[in-house]
Amino acid sequence: MTPLVSVLIVEPSDIICEGLRSLLHESGRFNVLAPMHDTTSLEERLPAIRPDVLIVNPTLLSATPKQQLAAIATMRPSMPVFALVYQYVECSLLECFSHIIDVRASRSSLIGTINDALKSGSAKTVKVETDENYELSDRETDVLVLVAKGLSSKEIADKLSISVHTVNSHRKNITHKTGIKSVAGLAVYAMIHNLM
Amino acid sequence: MKLADLIKANHNIMLLLPRFGIPLGFGEKSVQDVCAAHNVPVDFMLLICNVYTFDDYLPDINQLAATNMQPLVPYLKESHRYYTGERLPHIEAHLHHIADRVEGKYGQILKQFYADFRREIEDHFKYEEQYDFPVLQSLQNGERRKRSQMSHSQRSHSGLVDKMNDLPQIVYKYLPGNVLPEETIELVFDILQLSADIQKHALIEDKILIPYVDWLERSMK
Repeated sequence: MTPLVSVLIVEPSDIICEGLRSLLHESGRFNVLAPMHDTTSLEERLPAIRPDVLIVNPTLLSATPKQQLAAIATMRPSMPVFALVYQYVECSLLECFSHIIDVRASRSSLIGTINDALKSGSAKTVKVETDENYELSDRETDVLVLVAKGLSSKEIADKLSISVHTVNSHRKNITHKTGIKSVAGLAVYAMIHNLM
Repeated sequence: MKLADLIKANHNIMLLLPRFGIPLGFGEKSVQDVCAAHNVPVDFMLLICNVYTFDDYLPDINQLAATNMQPLVPYLKESHRYYTGERLPHIEAHLHHIADRVEGKYGQILKQFYADFRREIEDHFKYEEQYDFPVLQSLQNGERRKRSQMSHSQRSHSGLVDKMNDLPQIVYKYLPGNVLPEETIELVFDILQLSADIQKHALIEDKILIPYVDWLERSMK
């Protein structure tokens, strides 16, 4: 038998807490922990309670919700955190959450949403892209040096016997790879890397 | 609403207070009372606070028309004075302190980039104060004035913003990392703070000053 998934609800309304507890309990998969009514001691208590899922009313978060959610995510990286929404909540606040439970959701979609989140693993994490190459190609390096010398795309195209369109596409890639946008900044890049 | 609560919600608003001539030490006074005490129109002050607080906030022309915009030019000039008189020299001194300890050519390259950037931004501000702001001020006094080149400075904001994007990256990505690491991180934070501030400032000029001048001109016809 798979172990029960423990769920912590942080919500001031007893009616909502009890309704949610009852729906989750029915499915037989969840163990709903004693709810908390505010987030003041949430971070201190998380390490002891160790829930698998956190469902929190977003309006209860501190004045710096992003930081608070980030702190929670660091403590329990694999725990999905749901915003429990039944009133108007600022978009910017909702965007801090990777999952949302709408209080009008049906019984089955509620369980489905939580199961999906558990399957997909941890909430928002920084993904390490391995397939992207940030080294400039030889051609890009040629273009970079000419840009740094102050040549226009047209002049560079003539000099390298390629189209202006190709030059611009190289320039776009250079900025994407280096993060540097201005001509003066690219000149610094070229000088520091001994390209000119 | 208390002024203190406004700052609690967005601490960057504290940077705006000197530009409005509002000193600290306002206790529990409301935004309204503090503004009244220092002759700042509260609707204008809140307009600027909203721009600095919400990334997607932009007032439409009806809202601008209903706002007391008299303090716009003095506010923008005061911002310029803060950037050129305080932040840019402070960052430069810090940057030179670090660059002088970097071996080889790196320090010199960084100093040159900064010097060019600073000159460009100061020229830009001077141009606006000399050519753009008087256009608005005469319109506000009910006179028309030629403004053939008003869009000039608007165009070059993007170039300045690009350089502000590049400067911290050059410092933390390409400068040898073994020289004064704590101070370098501090310098990067100072630059990022100034960069965010100046981007909001450019937004006020591009999306509030220019449309407002356009609207005043149209409504004078």
